[in-house]
Amino acid sequence: MTAISRDDVAHLAHLARLAVTDEELDLFAGQLEVILESVAHVADVAADDIPPTTHAVPLTNVTRPDRLGPSLPPEEVLAAAPAAEGGRFRVPRILDEPA
Amino acid sequence: MTDQSTALTSQTAAQIAALISAGEASAVDVTQAHLDRIASTDGALHAFLRVDAEGALSAAQAVDDKRKAGEPLGPLAGVPLALKDVVVTKGLETTSGSKILSGWIPPYDATITSRIKDAGIIILGKTNMDEFAMGSSTENSGFGPTRNPWNLDRVPGGSSGGSSAAVAGSLAALGIGTDTGGSIRQPAAVTGLVGHKPTYGGVSRYGLIAFSSSLDQAGPFGRTVLDTALLHETIAGHDPADSTSIPSPVPPVVAAARAGAGGDLTGLRVGVVRELGGQGFDDGYEPGVLSSFAQAVDVLTELGAEIVEVSCPHFGYALAAYYLIAPSEASSNLARFDAVRYGMRVGDDGIRGLDEVMALTRQAGFGAEVKRRIMIGTYALSSGYYEAYYGQAQRVRTLISRDFEAAFAGADVLVSPSTPTVAFPLGARTEDPLAMYAADLCTLPASLAGTPAISVPSGLADGLPVGLQIMAPTLADDRCYRVAAAVESALDARRGHPLLQEVPIR
Repeated sequence: MTAISRDDVAHLAHLARLAVTDEELDLFAGQLEVILESVAHVADVAADDIPPTTHAVPLTNVTRPDRLGPSLPPEEVLAAAPAAEGGRFRVPRILDEPA
Repeated sequence: MTDQSTALTSQTAAQIAALISAGEASAVDVTQAHLDRIASTDGALHAFLRVDAEGALSAAQAVDDKRKAGEPLGPLAGVPLALKDVVVTKGLETTSGSKILSGWIPPYDATITSRIKDAGIIILGKTNMDEFAMGSSTENSGFGPTRNPWNLDRVPGGSSGGSSAAVAGSLAALGIGTDTGGSIRQPAAVTGLVGHKPTYGGVSRYGLIAFSSSLDQAGPFGRTVLDTALLHETIAGHDPADSTSIPSPVPPVVAAARAGAGGDLTGLRVGVVRELGGQGFDDGYEPGVLSSFAQAVDVLTELGAEIVEVSCPHFGYALAAYYLIAPSEASSNLARFDAVRYGMRVGDDGIRGLDEVMALTRQAGFGAEVKRRIMIGTYALSSGYYEAYYGQAQRVRTLISRDFEAAFAGADVLVSPSTPTVAFPLGARTEDPLAMYAADLCTLPASLAGTPAISVPSGLADGLPVGLQIMAPTLADDRCYRVAAAVESALDARRGHPLLQEVPIR
């Protein structure tokens, strides 16, 4: 039994940078519990000696020639940003004190 | 709509390309006929999120100019296509079905977009989808659901439901989907189309908005096996811009589709997977689906194939493993939607900090299913839970691949129903995430193993299409096409016409 409380949802939402309403805390607590319960039976398979698969087609150390090529024009990239200023992405404040 | 334009929209892609290359129809006329069809039917279907009439007509004009100049045309030049909105298109809004990307104009083309354009294929517009490809009905789109051309009260499958509805409804001759857990095969099955998930790494993922990077794979939809194979060959092949792209030749899928249409499968060993709708495992499978599957197996026998039963004991864990692996990877991939580089920003009042703006933006921009999966993934990757959930799911993935290897030692291809039920009614599963996940029951094993699989129509149950899934070993995509073409030609001959001729919307 994987019990998921409102506090658990609030913690997960915080880790994932998701704001949630009170109603969402209730809704998601119930739904996440049902989903996690239904997937928990992967643990029933005895697989301690089985190597994990991270990728279906194992390719390692894929490289390509280190050649100069054109990059995207900065103005095209910044045009897609929600806010830009002086040729840069403009971000909300990242320090504690209000601006 | 005139008879002539109806005639153009009901042709196969191969037929349209032949008409254009022979000068019997212009690419502009073909494109206009499809734009007219979209104008008259897409109000009811909502297959497209946006139609690029101007871009389509100008690409069509370029094909016509090329032909007049005597330049060689590719095998699909001038054929109109519906492109899933998860694939980025330079200068054309791309949202992946999410409000968080509303209004985003990509500054570059995906590799498959470039290959489609280079082949002279006409991109009509971008199709609706479950948000970030998370879903099996297209109801999780941030922009409203798509409806099934066979019955407007039913879903067209998902997540590539806009593309499946567009091709089944003759709004486009070809479609592109992406398949992470079944999102090409399941919508193909429930709309009466052919849909193929290529071997993982067979088609470039450069320029696809990532959902679950170890599973995502783009692939073709068509109304016939040959059309689907022609589109597969156009988009497949090694791409240095995608480090997961396989540096080997593209399997000969077009030749296999042509050879298979001859209908002789003598000597081919076909494995019926006991755990996927085989004897004794009919829980959740509709009787109509199982009887259509049994008839398809009979057809394979009549064509000379040898039927063997195979058991893949770990397939029963595929759903659980998938719904840990995919959300885990999604929670990481979707961290890029940070309200800084592209898309929506909410709550930036000069007082709130970045973390809070990010959280408010993601709350406003993501739908419920995306939020659920991000939190499931965050949970499964947390310290203390990682081994029991994500780590164990990856071990199960190994066991599923071993089941496939063992099964392919005794069979050349494996078959199952593509999905346990016919298209379900809109709204039937939106409140029950687990019921929605069950739509992918049959398609998940091949997703986890990275092996190729195709869905081809096996008939109707209660007036709605049923799909036969044919699975093959890694890089043996051509076997899927060969067997699918043989089944298609046998069933078309028996019926006297292609299944899609029975689509009610006109």
